Amino acid sequence: MTKQVQQLDRVIIRFAGDSGDGMQLTGDRFTAETAQFGNDLSTLPNFPAEIRAPAGTLPGVSSFQLHFADHDILTPGDAPNVLVAMNPAALKANIGDLPRGADVIVNTDEFTKRNLQKVGYAASPVDDGSLGEWRVHAVPLTSLTVKALEGFEVSKKDAERSKNMFALGLLSWLYHRPTEGTIKFLERKFAKKPDIAKANIAAFQAGWNYGETTESFSVSYEIKPATLAPGLYRNISGNQALAYGLIAASVRSRLPLFLGSYPITPASDILHELSKHKRFGIRTFQAEDEIAGVGAALGAAFGGALGVTTTSGPGVALKAETVGLAVATELPLLVVDVQRAGPSTGMPTKTEQTDLLMAMYGRNGESPVPIVAPATPSDCFHAAIEAARLAVKYRTPVMLLSDGYLANGSEPWRLPDADDLPDLSVEFAVEPNGEDGETYLPFKRDPQTLARPWAVPGTPGLEHRIGGIEKADGTGNISYDPNNHDMMVRLRQAKIDGIAQDIPPLEVDDPDGDARLLVLGWGSTYGPIAAAVRRVRRSGVKVAHAHFRHLNPLPANTGEVLRAYDKVLLPEINLGQLALLLRARFLVDVISYNRVRGLPFKAEELAGVIQDVIEQ
Amino acid sequence: MSDITTNGHIAHPVGVGTGLALIPRATEKQSLKDFKSDQEVRWCPGCGDYAILAAVQSFLPELGLKRENIVFVSGIGCSSRFPYYLNTYGFHSIHGRAPAIATGLAASRPDLSVWVITGDGDALSIGGNHLIHALRRNVNLNILLFNNRIYGLTKGQYSPTSEVGKITKSTPMGSLDKPFNPISLALGAEAGFVARTLDSDRKHLQSVLREAAAHRGTSLVEIYQNCNIFNDGAFDALKDPGLRDDITLRLEHGQPIASASKAVRRGAGGRIEVVDRASVPEGEILVHDAHDPDPSAAFALSRLDEPAFEHVPIGIFRSVDRPAYDTLMSKQVHEAVSDQGAGDLDQLLRGGDTWRVG
Ligand code: SF4
Repeated sequence: MTKQVQQLDRVIIRFAGDSGDGMQLTGDRFTAETAQFGNDLSTLPNFPAEIRAPAGTLPGVSSFQLHFADHDILTPGDAPNVLVAMNPAALKANIGDLPRGADVIVNTDEFTKRNLQKVGYAASPVDDGSLGEWRVHAVPLTSLTVKALEGFEVSKKDAERSKNMFALGLLSWLYHRPTEGTIKFLERKFAKKPDIAKANIAAFQAGWNYGETTESFSVSYEIKPATLAPGLYRNISGNQALAYGLIAASVRSRLPLFLGSYPITPASDILHELSKHKRFGIRTFQAEDEIAGVGAALGAAFGGALGVTTTSGPGVALKAETVGLAVATELPLLVVDVQRAGPSTGMPTKTEQTDLLMAMYGRNGESPVPIVAPATPSDCFHAAIEAARLAVKYRTPVMLLSDGYLANGSEPWRLPDADDLPDLSVEFAVEPNGEDGETYLPFKRDPQTLARPWAVPGTPGLEHRIGGIEKADGTGNISYDPNNHDMMVRLRQAKIDGIAQDIPPLEVDDPDGDARLLVLGWGSTYGPIAAAVRRVRRSGVKVAHAHFRHLNPLPANTGEVLRAYDKVLLPEINLGQLALLLRARFLVDVISYNRVRGLPFKAEELAGVIQDVIEQ
Repeated sequence: MSDITTNGHIAHPVGVGTGLALIPRATEKQSLKDFKSDQEVRWCPGCGDYAILAAVQSFLPELGLKRENIVFVSGIGCSSRFPYYLNTYGFHSIHGRAPAIATGLAASRPDLSVWVITGDGDALSIGGNHLIHALRRNVNLNILLFNNRIYGLTKGQYSPTSEVGKITKSTPMGSLDKPFNPISLALGAEAGFVARTLDSDRKHLQSVLREAAAHRGTSLVEIYQNCNIFNDGAFDALKDPGLRDDITLRLEHGQPIASASKAVRRGAGGRIEVVDRASVPEGEILVHDAHDPDPSAAFALSRLDEPAFEHVPIGIFRSVDRPAYDTLMSKQVHEAVSDQGAGDLDQLLRGGDTWRVG
């Protein structure tokens, strides 16, 4: 039977199943195949905070969305064209997101009376006509897998568990994905259990063959590779890119990396990743708590290391006092906050941009710190290097604000050459800097950067004491002098403010230069905002777009840019935190758009908001 | 990348050594003067901290280490001002966190001699978690816990080592909570080196510091320190010429544990107890074994100061070697380098599944 092949320019697939069904792995593999094939792509995993919520229930549903295309794309996509639902719960939790006419592949084996009841279906939606809007493909995935594995040396349970690979095979056929990568991957993953490897590979191939022969699928699809900028690419998630960025910062600064960290969702993967790369001289320290994590990082920084701590919002709250100590002692320190939904425990696996004001102001006293926020998963690499650059150059703690969406999302990344990355070399103080040629003044500042010298223990003649008590400018001796304190408060602020001269100006994307509306964003909303701007531009609407990477200090031209437009719109996944700062600082009537659902914005939603603001 | 230590200091520690083996030695003879900073000392006149400072300043030259490789890290409290008065590197940090900060420093710089100065409130209240984890982890640190059984800097509230019923500003009807015994706590946290000494006994204090410095791993030294403003005389019994020889049970490895009038022995059921010295034959007095891998005898000894100050063991309760965390951490780094080669950034970035465009 020859089947029809149809060309598409882009597809959004969502794999959904029980937490135990291996949906994240399935999504990862499909992503890897797609990356190999050369499409542009963007992914959005979505999983419960519970490790194993009760099987078959709505809270236990885990999903993975992948958007891939023959052109460059900016988001994991608003609504899936295809849903793979491994059980009734997965169907119920996701069907509402599907547009009319989308394909739904359901594993009918799991649509048992009991499983249907668990999620409140009286009858199977596959049979009762309630899925009429969609193209439903009823596939008994589990039993087909078990049948395909007859004669293999695996238990029935292990055979059943391979059903995700059957589904992956089917989807790989449907979208003409290359298969060698997955086969190699399975051989590697189960190298110690060759029987399981064989079974998974057989299930994967059976899924492919099923697509080829079944009548349920009459069409398969081709999505041509995207024309991306020439270069060598890999697919990368935000947390991995961030970890690599930290390693790169260590290499480029020639400072040994010391990570003090305490496990917390969604930041732990950075700790895991860095722990694997000790050959770079990296020391990873899993501390007894968040406070010890940052304390150890600061202690290591005093000793001349690139001190880093990684956490999420609740951890930043605990670290605040130590960050203040780093402000007072003017030591370099990187604080990575992978933001998640709050307050308190909130929703640990869901994303938010709600820690901006905490990063900015969440310490006692006047304690300014630079803030850097990556825009996309791969940008986490460069943002980490930039944050490290500021920390070591200005001898200051720096907050790096990633979030759950960036951390777990992935995209193709054009690999930089190590030699092209910024040189972050540091000059430690090695000799006295006092007028008399003998004394060392630990708080004598560089006139340009206002940074103080960094003399590490082991340097003869520069023995000195630092601490959290206010100190006299220059000597660093304890000082309660009112005028000295006022001066030190202002000097610390001026040092951070001065960074505005050392960062790129805010770039505005305004193709014709005559838009009246400026749409602003920061951090992970870059993709959805840029995609929304593209959409409205296609319908002829003029709109300018600018994105902040530095939140403190803001680029030097920020005020000028804001005032050049009639209207300024700022979507944020919080209740208007950056808007508050911009309004206070520039007296510009920023229009906020806020949704705090723990999910990224959708491009369509933002396109509608832009239209509304223009029409108002 | 081969320069995995900083600033040209090469430290490639492997195996267990003494606490000072990895620290560069001074080439010239040092004196007390070398360790005095130019800062005016600002404790209350008569405070026990002065005696400890003088003892430490005159002891440091004896170590013969390069002064620049010595770091004092402190938390918050009266005692935590200590680093300002020593001409070494110093870090006066925040309340309770000194062990955490010192851990990061010592773990990344095995070429440093790192000392933590803390008090009973700093170490046992707000910083209790860091203290116990430092002790179990066994980074090469020397923790000097100045125990004055009161909050001094905040002007006299009861502390986690104050006796029950303590009348203070915050407890006008007497404190209700049972104090920590720092020695028992440290032993319970698996500390390898645990000792107690007294601010006024310079000779003993210095002998304990000597052993603590030589111990590789975390050592905890409790120093009874008089706060003459808010808790004067707390340790007078141990200083009173008429009492001290009867009360003090000197712990010396290999020696019988006894005071002038009392002796320690194993009683019925193996219990360690204090009895009249005259009532036991010399041969039955318990001989102190500081190197016993089993901490239970040391723990039992640590309980002997209850009821308060009838008999108080002073000296090194426990001194047992086990691998230091920083040594093991360095070892993993060196193993990774020798097994896989030094890290190469381009190779790392290109390590996943890659594809070429154009
Ligand atoms: S308050 Fe007590 S401990 Fe503090 S300096 Fe005065 S005497 Fe010493």
